[in-house]
Amino acid sequence: MSISDLSPLGAQGGSHVRAVHDEFHGDLLEVSMGPHHPSTHGVFRMIVTLDGETIVKLKPVFGYLHRNHEKLGENTSYLGSMPYTDRLDYLCSMTNNWAYAIAVEKLAGQPVPERAEYVRVILAEITRLLNHTCLAGFLMQDLGCSGTPLMYAFREREKILDLFESLSGSRMMCNYQRFGGCRVDPSADWLEGAKQLTDGYGQFLDEFEALLTGNEIIMARTQGTGVLSPELAVAAGVTGPMLRATGVNYDLRKTDAYGVYPRFDFRVPLGAHGDVYDRYMVRVLEMRESIKILQQALAGIPAGPIMDPKAKLRGFRPKAGEAYGRIEGPKGEIGFYLVSDGSPNPYRYRVRAPSFINLTILEDMCLGQTVADAVIILGSVDIVLGEVDR
Amino acid sequence: MSDAAQNSSPPVTITDEERAELRRQGILLTSLQELYTWGCSNSVWPLNFGLACCAIEMIAASMARFDIARFGSEVFRPSPRQADLLIVSGTVTKKMAPQVIRLWNQMPEPKYCIAMGACAISGGPFKQGYNVLKGIDRFIPVDIYIPGCPPRPEALLHGLLELQKKIKGFKISGPNAPRHLRDDQECNCPVPEFGEHDLQPPQNPKVWTAPTIVRSEKA
Repeated sequence: MSISDLSPLGAQGGSHVRAVHDEFHGDLLEVSMGPHHPSTHGVFRMIVTLDGETIVKLKPVFGYLHRNHEKLGENTSYLGSMPYTDRLDYLCSMTNNWAYAIAVEKLAGQPVPERAEYVRVILAEITRLLNHTCLAGFLMQDLGCSGTPLMYAFREREKILDLFESLSGSRMMCNYQRFGGCRVDPSADWLEGAKQLTDGYGQFLDEFEALLTGNEIIMARTQGTGVLSPELAVAAGVTGPMLRATGVNYDLRKTDAYGVYPRFDFRVPLGAHGDVYDRYMVRVLEMRESIKILQQALAGIPAGPIMDPKAKLRGFRPKAGEAYGRIEGPKGEIGFYLVSDGSPNPYRYRVRAPSFINLTILEDMCLGQTVADAVIILGSVDIVLGEVDR
Repeated sequence: MSDAAQNSSPPVTITDEERAELRRQGILLTSLQELYTWGCSNSVWPLNFGLACCAIEMIAASMARFDIARFGSEVFRPSPRQADLLIVSGTVTKKMAPQVIRLWNQMPEPKYCIAMGACAISGGPFKQGYNVLKGIDRFIPVDIYIPGCPPRPEALLHGLLELQKKIKGFKISGPNAPRHLRDDQECNCPVPEFGEHDLQPPQNPKVWTAPTIVRSEKA
């Protein structure tokens, strides 16, 4: 009997679980992680089957935060669903708003003024900074650096939330986009504040990276952990930084060229290995590109109306048809599919949630890793349960 | 003690001004009750337990800007056995409710519960949903309600301060003593089962009953 016969994953021809009752191996152990577990981001449950410390099977259990989002969307008016989209991915309410607004604008053939497009880009990129910073903080918390990186991340988050609050009136649930524009026009002071944030963010990233990126322990823990192959990622429909970390060049800002993104000069960072470290690095590099986009957008924002004057909000009834609107959210492709039958409510309202689809390949990434690695692999997927369970 | 003995030594009373003066002179006068509630109220350790959107604001409250450590509650414990305070931060679905109640039962007394946000109070914007519990107070006793969707971290701190005030007002004996100091009160709540359509039982009648509508009789 060779060594590979004894290893839990060796020489079994695809089947990962086997009954182990020889002298070297005890019984497999089933561990239920969650729904209350400090490392699972929210109420997510993994039923992990362990051979020693090695994962041989992982079964995710969803639905602990199922809040009937899609059914509520079919029972409220088009505008009434906008505040609900804030609560999908509650870290990135601005991008959720934008994706939903794009879907409805497509359905109704509603144009958007140029200034509003610029404001949307600015807010989406600030949201990307917010999301990736918080994700890096949470990931480091999962890795065991308790406190400091998350404190730094939340310090920056507060600065961003101050901007959001002064513009929309709410810290987290902004409810800011409307069909055909944005709710309020950002003042010159606000744009100046956004510019200051953008200019200072590079310095924060330098500090953050000096602390973490070259850290030996982080590299040892994350490099080669949770490797995802590009083939599997494409086959499973994985999008966003998860996909780009595997080396697949797919960014909706480039491929769809929605909004005013074609006017900006930015690059799409790609990973090479598809491991946890690459996912972290891709996000950090994306933040640097976001800063570039923000600087260009803030310099080039035109004057003009923020709402299309013909836009109709009350008594909004698009004609019968269907539309799918999508944008590159911080977590991946966030899309809304709407079917209208001419009534004030959508006939069908469907959310393509990037967190949920990125989570489907969790088992493939975790097999053969240790149980401590499962925690950081889950952290690197970047899920928000409001969006996973809806 | 006989009546005569009581009359011979009248109870010594001391005003707050006199106590403050004594404290300035370096003499601390206190009662066991005061010491006990002072200790309890200033070391309320929350359970590290997030449900939904409000959990992010709960984390923000523990971070540098809002700094819940100023009020002695920065020690978020991952285990319910070490926690005093359950912050129900977000929507409780019917799938999650038994786990929340089990966590509550696993916490040792004295324990407190804060319902943070509209969802935990009443179901909030998701109240119409078939899967959403219409308020965690149907199953476990809630001490403080914090409205908002989500409440700001300042609101959570305010809620915590109100809870501290409430704890400082506790008596350690007599009929007004809190639950855990009395023999006639049940500390644990029954964990509901998944029924055919709803949780069974749908509420804990000891902590919540449906409001009855009283119609005034018109002549």
